Amino acid sequence: MCLAIPGKIEKIDNTFDETFRSAKVSFDGIIRDVNLMMVPEAVEGDYVMVHVGVALNIVDKEEAEQTIKYIKEIGEFDEFERQINGQLPEE
Amino acid sequence: MKYLDEFRDPELAKKYIGLIKGITTKPWTIMEICGGQTHSLVKNGIIDVLPKEINMVHGPGCPVCVTPVHLIDKAVFLAKQENVILCSFGDMIRVPGSVMSLAKAKSEGASVKVVYSPLEAVTIAQKNPEKEVVFFAVGFETTAPANALSVIQADKMGVKNYSILTSHVLVPPAMEAILGAEDNKIQGFLAAGHVCTVMGYEEYFSIAKQYKTPMVVTGFEPLDLLQGIYMLVKQLEEGRIDVENQYSRIVKREGNVEAQKTIFEVFEIKDRDWRGVGTISNSGYEIKEKYSQYDADKKFAIKIEKAEENAECIAGEILKGNKKPFECIHFGKKCNPEHPLGAPMVSSEGACAAYYHFSSDVFELM
Repeated sequence: MCLAIPGKIEKIDNTFDETFRSAKVSFDGIIRDVNLMMVPEAVEGDYVMVHVGVALNIVDKEEAEQTIKYIKEIGEFDEFERQINGQLPEE
Repeated sequence: MKYLDEFRDPELAKKYIGLIKGITTKPWTIMEICGGQTHSLVKNGIIDVLPKEINMVHGPGCPVCVTPVHLIDKAVFLAKQENVILCSFGDMIRVPGSVMSLAKAKSEGASVKVVYSPLEAVTIAQKNPEKEVVFFAVGFETTAPANALSVIQADKMGVKNYSILTSHVLVPPAMEAILGAEDNKIQGFLAAGHVCTVMGYEEYFSIAKQYKTPMVVTGFEPLDLLQGIYMLVKQLEEGRIDVENQYSRIVKREGNVEAQKTIFEVFEIKDRDWRGVGTISNSGYEIKEKYSQYDADKKFAIKIEKAEENAECIAGEILKGNKKPFECIHFGKKCNPEHPLGAPMVSSEGACAAYYHFSSDVFELM
């Protein structure tokens, strides 16, 4: 649950106040709703580190892309995919 | 190192391994707090490439592992209620309670749902107004902002059928409990990068000073860990006591202030029981009075006898770093991921699971 992977903010949904500010975030093509309340300065196109559905910081684009590439290479992305799909970790 | 070629930057990794070897003149015992780092250290064979003098000891930073059996029993009790949907992170589902795990409860018909985020649980509550939805809110400071935010959102939207069962633990008090123990052997700490993303590392300076123990805030990738270990060994060898930040591309000294505000809107700091460790004062979050209607413990007035931890599992010794997984007589025999005696063998962040899955040395030692 402490695993975090950067995702790219595709579209910010203007919900009714800052508590609910959220966005469609793409994790290497997998789109999920992510809350942006804790990164008020985040804009579309930014990469954010997401912990259990909440973005906690903005990451440099190049760094984020490298991280995603690397995480896929070492096979940790599968575990993350299981988590965001609400599946159990592998035995 | 079997995986060296797979590193983000193999050349840089080799360089750091060389640097660590070059500066190490005496034995040092270093603890990484975070279970994610334990997983990475073991899985990527980093422990095998460090000089023999460096003893990496694995700390209690696996939220699944330190959740007391009593809390799992409560979650199982709630899941079995006719009108309750119990939502949880996937990591908690297979952890044994005193009678059964949530997985077993589910197989017996209880309503257990795995979610990625507590915010999903709030949505489930909205969609099922006739049901009570309880989110099993475990974790360290990393998951606390999301858990607190779920309560704030439920409150703002008037979702009265949502509540959380909290088992929130904090890293700095656990560090102090370890450093303050009479038989403490830890000489340096790798501080957990993602916990510090939220909380910053201001409060680590006084702990480092008081216990004369240097610290380095460190990330999760193999290269991060090698850099963090190098920075820490350099401090130790030079006799410096400082708090340094290897993970500065993610972690700011003050952390995420918005996230901290959210946490303290909902939670206050209270004593907490840690599985296998006991009560550590001021080491956890509880829901403040003003949000008590979202506190599942109060809402359902759960009365369950406190069960004993499984005596065969030495989780406490493992989590305090006093023993390595392969020093347990049941490791890999009576206790394995299919039939775990305790949480450290279940969780992907548990030290026992990491050694079971990834450490080639372990079976030579058995």
